[in-house]
Amino acid sequence: MKTLDTKLNRRSFLKASALAGGGMMLSFSWLVGCKPTEEEILTMPEEWFQLNSYIKIGENGAVTLYSPNPEFGSNVKTSMPMILAEELDTDWKNVFVEQADFYPERYDRQFTGGSQGIRQGWTPLRTAGAAARAMLVNAAAQSWNVPVSEITTSAGHLEHKASGKKAHFGEMASLAATLEIPEEVTLKDISDFTIIGTSKKNVDADKILTGKPMFALDHKVAGMKYAAVVHPPAFGMRLKSFDKSSVSGMSGIKDVFPVSIFKDDYARHFFDTTTFPELIAIVGDSTWEVMQAKKKLVAEWEEAPETTFPMAGRGGSTITSTVPAGLENSTIHKQKMAEYIQKPGNVVRRDGDPEAAFAQAAKVLERTYTAPFLAHNTMEPINCFADVKADKVEIYGPTQAPEAIMGALVQALEMPQENIQINLARMGGGFGRRAYSHHMVEAALISKKIQAPIKMVYTREDDMSAGVYRPTYSATYRAALDEDNNLLAFHVKAGGIPETPLHANRFPAGAIDNYLAEAWEIPSNITIGAFRAPRSNFIAGAEQSFLDELAEEMGKDPIEFRLELLKRAETNPVGSRNDYDPKRYAGVLELVRKNSDWNNPKSGVSRGVSAYFCHNSYVAEVVDTKIVDNQPLVESVFAAVDCGIVVNPDAARNMGEGAIVDGIGNAFYGEMSFENGAPTKRNFDKYRMIRHEESPKNIKVDFVESDVDPTGLGEPLFPPVFAALANSLYKATGKRYYDQPFAPQLEMENLRM
Amino acid sequence: MAQFNLNINGKSRQVDVDPNTPMLWVLRDHLDLVGTKFGCGIAQCGACTIHLDGNAVRSCQLPVSAAQDAKITTIEGLSENGDHPVQQAWKEHDVPQCGYCQAGQIMSAAALLESNPKPSDEQIENAMNGNICRCGTYVRIKAAVKTASQKL
Repeated sequence: MKTLDTKLNRRSFLKASALAGGGMMLSFSWLVGCKPTEEEILTMPEEWFQLNSYIKIGENGAVTLYSPNPEFGSNVKTSMPMILAEELDTDWKNVFVEQADFYPERYDRQFTGGSQGIRQGWTPLRTAGAAARAMLVNAAAQSWNVPVSEITTSAGHLEHKASGKKAHFGEMASLAATLEIPEEVTLKDISDFTIIGTSKKNVDADKILTGKPMFALDHKVAGMKYAAVVHPPAFGMRLKSFDKSSVSGMSGIKDVFPVSIFKDDYARHFFDTTTFPELIAIVGDSTWEVMQAKKKLVAEWEEAPETTFPMAGRGGSTITSTVPAGLENSTIHKQKMAEYIQKPGNVVRRDGDPEAAFAQAAKVLERTYTAPFLAHNTMEPINCFADVKADKVEIYGPTQAPEAIMGALVQALEMPQENIQINLARMGGGFGRRAYSHHMVEAALISKKIQAPIKMVYTREDDMSAGVYRPTYSATYRAALDEDNNLLAFHVKAGGIPETPLHANRFPAGAIDNYLAEAWEIPSNITIGAFRAPRSNFIAGAEQSFLDELAEEMGKDPIEFRLELLKRAETNPVGSRNDYDPKRYAGVLELVRKNSDWNNPKSGVSRGVSAYFCHNSYVAEVVDTKIVDNQPLVESVFAAVDCGIVVNPDAARNMGEGAIVDGIGNAFYGEMSFENGAPTKRNFDKYRMIRHEESPKNIKVDFVESDVDPTGLGEPLFPPVFAALANSLYKATGKRYYDQPFAPQLEMENLRM
Repeated sequence: MAQFNLNINGKSRQVDVDPNTPMLWVLRDHLDLVGTKFGCGIAQCGACTIHLDGNAVRSCQLPVSAAQDAKITTIEGLSENGDHPVQQAWKEHDVPQCGYCQAGQIMSAAALLESNPKPSDEQIENAMNGNICRCGTYVRIKAAVKTASQKL
């Protein structure tokens, strides 16, 4: 049991009176969206009582829980309310879940990304649930005139055993809502959990499976217009001019105008990455009509010179950020990266004397790994609804990070933040792309100009070619071995365009006496940003492929080799900045060894292993491939995960399975390239995505039993699978795979892909 | 612009649109049936899958003028209460992550099972191959199609 000070997250405890002004808390959007079942009608209360920002309880015992974080498919809309419900001690059957809109004054952290939702929501959500429970208990104690300590709760009921008094939560809710918020609350023992750790179905399953409006793209209001945008055809280009008359006579077309989303003096911040801050907007009566006009619009583009803009630095300072000029090419990128591999990098970490160790090595193993730019390709293209009035702005759109776009909205609309309401739509995927939400500014400026509510929709081509891409990366690994194949030194030099993927303090740092990590970066005008497990999504594959080859060179089993290194890091670590726990790392390798029956693979399959730590979680994976009809197929994937306590196990497995499929897809096929600044792939006819036929046939995700507070899940299963696949393909084909995507190389080996 | 009489989910609906307008946008913008999703616009992703006389088709490539005399079913009309065996199986396997592609997946699966109630693994993969799921729920989709198949 632990006691927590509710002041820790005071924002969650605004009283009902304060909330009434917002008005939002009384909306029952689930009723609009779908016909309630008989059971729901029975449980629909006549009156709600707000206990805090997350919880309201009806007089009949029904509970509404607000899920604070934006939902992009990681199922936080089910798992976050599960945590509230657990500490509230209610019955999950009586719970309705609603998506909270963006209210930074009410909620602690409305950001979906970095696999931090559950980890960072864990304590605030438990505290909010426990505080509401304490208020109900206090109300019962007052009503029954008995000591608080004698009242117990269970599944939405209060009981005073000595007197035989009982009530459901709804009977005490009106009084509880008037009571003081307790200064301290007691949290449950983990062993007393009845909801956390049990699998609950997606709370929105019925709406998803029957096609109810849930996404911003589905939103419509009376008088709404539709908008499309036209952006420059290539990175390094900008708008010169356009001919409005080329489309103004077309059916349904109302207006065409330029939109510029940043004022010159606005200091951009970290998430203010936007590909084309100036574009052309076309407004009309329907999506199809504005898309038709897009094709006909005559516009002239010009090469942009090198430009600079102010960027918000630390502590209120402003720095200048530079966007290079030029039309970039993937072939040149590759040449430049090859040059940087030969040059010294910036030393980020050095342990022992790696140079001396390499000088005396009997053998040096050196390998370079590369991966291309990747587009996020969320299934729902970028879109946004906006209704800008003189003194009030409503925005409804897909965003992982509403707080991060507010500054850009305030400067673009010249309106105070209090007048701008961002409502959170379910997202048709995110993967990092929607941490950059400038579609909200674009939509708002379009609405402001035409003085009507609008829905702006990107075509797939717009979405794919205006990316905030995963960068292209390269990593060169070297290992020094003595005559007896003992590992003397380890060297990694990693870079990319325009950022390095290096995590210098991760494994195997800490396990090797002589260690050197160097980084390099090449500037570019191609916009990049977070993509599921940024940087880890490349460096894990490179590192874990190299360790596989190194283990082979040393004549060791790849799991045993990693465990030996982890033992060294645990018992006698090198350096003090190692950012992983070697025991937990070893734990997932041991679990995957057992669950995959590592030493006894099924006949005909070739297996590879990989393990990685990121987003505070540990994952080991084994991939089994086989060649059928001259085609490599992924037969099975086994994953072992240590992410602390698992809130919703079946949904967690689903997330893990998806990350594995995503990784295999990108390893085989994922690639964005550029010619004269223009993305060469603009739709799914050219940009190959993994499909049903190429998906692994079986995936088994197992979790390490744990009482540790939850850590990340959405990302950690993604990075290691690249190497587990590559190592498995090596066993299947006898060839190592150093350059992603693997499919072109496999095709050159006359394998069908 | 022209008038079109359509038969959608068992109801007669009229729209006045350009004859080239794809059914996808007729459904979404003109008839407020937004369960059918826009994904790529070139019949490569399957998010816009509907049934045209029982066959799975990509509505982004189906002009309204070609849909006049056909019986159209969208996700909203697949079942009265969301209880088509495919929808039930999807729920049982808790398939969706973001959920955006799932209406298209379900429509493809329902059409497959209508014509082939007991498909093999290979037939499932083949019939579903035009539907991309960016979240990667393929393993669950296949399991759900098999579950639905057993209940038919």
